[in-house]
Amino acid sequence: MADLPDPPQSAATRVVGARPVRPDGAAKADGSAAYVDDLAIEGLWHGATLRSERPRARFAVDTSALAGSGVVCLTAADVPGRNRIALIADDWPVLADGETNHVGEALALVAAPSRAAAFAALGELRVTYEDLPAEVDLDAALAGSARELAACAVDHGDVEAGLSAAAHVVEATYETAHQEHAYIEPQGMIALPGPDSAVEVVGSLQCPYYVHHALVSLLGCEPDAVRVRQAVTGGGFGGKEDYPDLIAAHAVLLAARAGRPVKLVYDRREDMLATTRRHPSRVRHRTGVDAEGKLVAVDIDVLLDGGAYTTLSPVVLSRAVLHAAGPYACPNVRIRGRVLATHTATNGAFRGFGAPQTQFAAERQMDRVARVLGLDPLAIRERNAYRPGDVTPTGQVLDESASALQCLAEAERRTGFRARWQALEAERSRALDDGRPRAGIGLSLCWHGVGFTGNGERRMESPVAVRLERGGRLAVLAASTDIGQGTETVLAQIAAEAAGVPFEAVEVAPPDTALVPDSGPTVASRTVMVVGGILERAAGELARRVREGAPGLPFAAAGDAWLAEHGPLEVVERYADDGTEFDEETYRGVAYAVHGWGADVVEASVDPDTLIARTERATLVCDVGKVIHPLLCAGQVEGGSLQAFGWGHLEAARVTGGRLEQGSFSTYTIPTTLDAPAMETVLLEHPGGSGPRGAKGVGEIPMDGGAPALAAAIENAVGIAATRIPATPEVLFEAREAGDDDG
Amino acid sequence: MGERSTFLLNGEEVVREGDPMARLLDVLREQRRLTGTKEGCGEGECGSCTVLLDGEVVCSCLVPIVQVDGREVRTVEGLAGDEAHAALSSLLVREGGVQCGACTPGVVVTLRALLERDPRPTRARVREALAGNLCRCTGYEGILRAVAALVGRKERP
Ligand code: FES
Ligand code: FES
Repeated sequence: MADLPDPPQSAATRVVGARPVRPDGAAKADGSAAYVDDLAIEGLWHGATLRSERPRARFAVDTSALAGSGVVCLTAADVPGRNRIALIADDWPVLADGETNHVGEALALVAAPSRAAAFAALGELRVTYEDLPAEVDLDAALAGSARELAACAVDHGDVEAGLSAAAHVVEATYETAHQEHAYIEPQGMIALPGPDSAVEVVGSLQCPYYVHHALVSLLGCEPDAVRVRQAVTGGGFGGKEDYPDLIAAHAVLLAARAGRPVKLVYDRREDMLATTRRHPSRVRHRTGVDAEGKLVAVDIDVLLDGGAYTTLSPVVLSRAVLHAAGPYACPNVRIRGRVLATHTATNGAFRGFGAPQTQFAAERQMDRVARVLGLDPLAIRERNAYRPGDVTPTGQVLDESASALQCLAEAERRTGFRARWQALEAERSRALDDGRPRAGIGLSLCWHGVGFTGNGERRMESPVAVRLERGGRLAVLAASTDIGQGTETVLAQIAAEAAGVPFEAVEVAPPDTALVPDSGPTVASRTVMVVGGILERAAGELARRVREGAPGLPFAAAGDAWLAEHGPLEVVERYADDGTEFDEETYRGVAYAVHGWGADVVEASVDPDTLIARTERATLVCDVGKVIHPLLCAGQVEGGSLQAFGWGHLEAARVTGGRLEQGSFSTYTIPTTLDAPAMETVLLEHPGGSGPRGAKGVGEIPMDGGAPALAAAIENAVGIAATRIPATPEVLFEAREAGDDDG
Repeated sequence: MGERSTFLLNGEEVVREGDPMARLLDVLREQRRLTGTKEGCGEGECGSCTVLLDGEVVCSCLVPIVQVDGREVRTVEGLAGDEAHAALSSLLVREGGVQCGACTPGVVVTLRALLERDPRPTRARVREALAGNLCRCTGYEGILRAVAALVGRKERP
C-alpha cells in the first residue's frame, strides 16, 4: 500500500520476486502428504452413490432389499429441510426427487462398513424409470423449450450504423466442446459427526466457505456447528469450486444417519460421469472493419450449455460476455449472452470461467478478418489491440498496465512469428502431395480480468488476518487454498516482504473454517491480487505497530515485548473499495479492477493425410504484473497452457444420449509428456491494481490463448480453419469436406 | 480364507492371505497403509499408482496380488529414504515439477527406475519414460527441468 512506509528491507526479507522452496513439496514427493483418501480415521464407513442412467425421467428407487441389512440408505425423502444446494440459484437438488435431469445424477446414497459392501448394497437397489423428452445439447435446447439459466448483454455505440459503414463485414460461428478438469485426484470428502449435531468435513476442495455455506443452509444450523477443513488437494482447476458442496452434503447426510464418519471418494469413471465440466459454447461473430483493418463494429452472440442446473452459470456467462470482444478496441460493440439448460451433467467453474470459450471465437475471428483483408495475424492485432486509456465495451478506461502491444512485441521478438507465418503460408500454397508433415505457426492475444467480476469483491469484503506469534513469527489467516498452485508459498512471501521478516518466519494457517476468516474463494485468479493485497496491508500494519512500540529493537524482540505488554496481536484488513462502480443491470462501468495480458505463439506439425496435429513448441508471453514467485508463476503458465492445448485438439468430448462418450482416461485423452510441446515462458511485469506491488494474477489467463493459437497453427500448416474445438482429425476432416478452407 | 502370497515389500517380507485377485494397489493402501501410491484412474492410464515390481515399472491398479507372489515390490515409501531420492525430490520441488502432488509419487518411482537404467537420459528418453504418468498441473516442463538439472544437462529455461 502506497500510504504505509516501506518496511526496512534486508536481503533476507526481500522475498517477493525470489524463489523460496515450497514447503509442501518434499512430503508430496515422498508420498507422506495426506490427501482425503489417505486419512486413517477410526470407525470410518464408506459411502456410494446410486446414479441416474437416464438424461430425463421420472424414477422410483426401491430400497426394500436393504431393509434390516444394517446398511444406511438415503433418498430425497431423507434430506432435512430444503433439498437444495445453496449456490446462486436454488435449483440444484442434493438428491434427485422423483425426477432426474441428467445421466449420473445422484438418486440415492448408501453407506456400509467397507467400500465393497457399499457397492454391493448399491447393486441391491432397484430403479424404475419413466423416460421424459430430453434436450441433451444446444441444438435440442434451442429447438425445444429449454430453461434459460442466465442472460446478459453489453451495448456500446451503434453497432448497426458501424456495420453499414464498414468496408468488410465478416461473419462466422465458433464452437467449443465440454472439457473435463481431469485433476489427477478425484473428488472426495469425509464427514465426521460431532457432539450436539455438530459436523466436520474434510476433503478435496477449493473453497471451504462455499462448502460451509452449503452445509449450514442444508442443516439449518448455526454456522459454528459446521467445520470445513481442506485436505491436501490433488488439483482443482475450478472443478473443486462448486461440486464439493454436493459431495460434502452427501457425506454429511450419510454420517448423520450412520452416526459415524463416512467417506465418499469417487473413482475416475464416477468423477467423469457425475461432476461438473467446462460449458460448451457456440459464439457467432459479425465483425465490421474499415479498409485498413480497424474494427468499426462487432456484434457477438454467446450461447453456453449450462447442463442440468444453474450452479455458477450466471457468473461464467458474465465473464464469457465481458471477454467476448477480445483485447481489441472497437467503438461499436453489441454482445448478447445466454445460458440454456440441457439434460446433461451440470457445467460449472473451470479455469478461465467462460473467457477461454469466447476468446477462442474472438481470436479465430481476428484471423479470419485478417485473411479477408490480406493482413497477417500480427498486423491485425497490432492495429486493434487495446492501448492504455482505451475504453472497453462497458465503458471502463484501461490503466497504464494494459500491455497487449508489449506482449505482441515480445512474442514477435522471441519467435520471428510474422516472417515464419508468411513463409509457411507460401510453402503451403506450393506444397507437394508428398505426405510429409506440414509445419504451421499460430498467434493469439488475450486478456483476462482479475478478481471477481463487477461488484463481487465489494460484496465479499474478504477479511484477512495476520497474527503475531512468539519469536517474531507471523501467522497468516486466510481461506485461500493451495490446490497445487503454491498459495501457501506466495502468501508467506507477501506477508514476509510487507512485514520485513524472513520468509521462514511466516506460517500460513491451514484452510479450516474453525481457524481462518472467510477471505473468499480460491477462484478468479484473485488469490494473489485480492487476498494478497489485503494481506500485504495487514502484515505491514502489524509490523508497523510492533516496531513503533519498540524502536530500534530487532523484530523478534520487539514482537515479544509487544505480546508481554499488550497480549495477543491480530490485525484484520478487508477489501478496500476502490470507488469504482459496475452496474449489473446495464453492464456499464468497471468490470474488473485490472487485467492480465498474454500472447501465445504455437508451432505445430500436422500430418496432411491423417490430420493428426502435434504441438511442437510454444512461446507463452504473459503479463501478470509483479511476479511474486517466478517459478510458481511459470508453473501456472505451463500447466494452464498444456490444458488449453489439450482442449484445443486432444480432449474429445462427445455427448450422446446425454452421456459423455469418453468416460475414462482411456478414451478421454489428456496430454501426456509426448503430447506436450517444449514451452518457453516469458513473464512481463506491468504492475497494476491493488495487488501486492502490483501483482495481477496468473491462475487463468494461460487457459485463454493456447487453443486459438494452436488452431491458427493448424490452419497455417494445412489450410483448414477449424471453427470447432477440439480440432481432432475428425473435426478437421469435416471442416475440409465442408470446404471451409483455403488450402 | 483365500490364497497366501509372500512377497518382499520395500525390503521386508510380507505374507498375505485373502482374495488372490485383490489389486496390489488396495493391498498397499488399505492393508499396509502405504498411501503414497495413489489411485487416479484404476485402469492403468494415469500412472499415479506406479510401483516397482522386480525393478520394473508397473501400474499397481492392474496387478492382482497373486502375481506378486515370490517377487519384490518397491513403493515410493521404500525409495524415499536414500540420497538418490533426496536429490531427485529436491530438484523436482525446486524446478516446479511438483504442484498438487497427486502424480508426484508415481513420477518419482518412474524416474528412479529410468535413472537406475540410464543415469544420463536425454530429454526424449525422459519424455518416453514418463508417457504413462499423467500430470494435469505442470505441463511436464518442471518435471523435465528437474531431470535435466539432476543429470547436469543444460536445458532451455
Ligand atoms: S490408478 Fe493405476 S494407472 Fe491410474
Ligand atoms: S502436480 Fe498435479 S497432477 Fe502433477
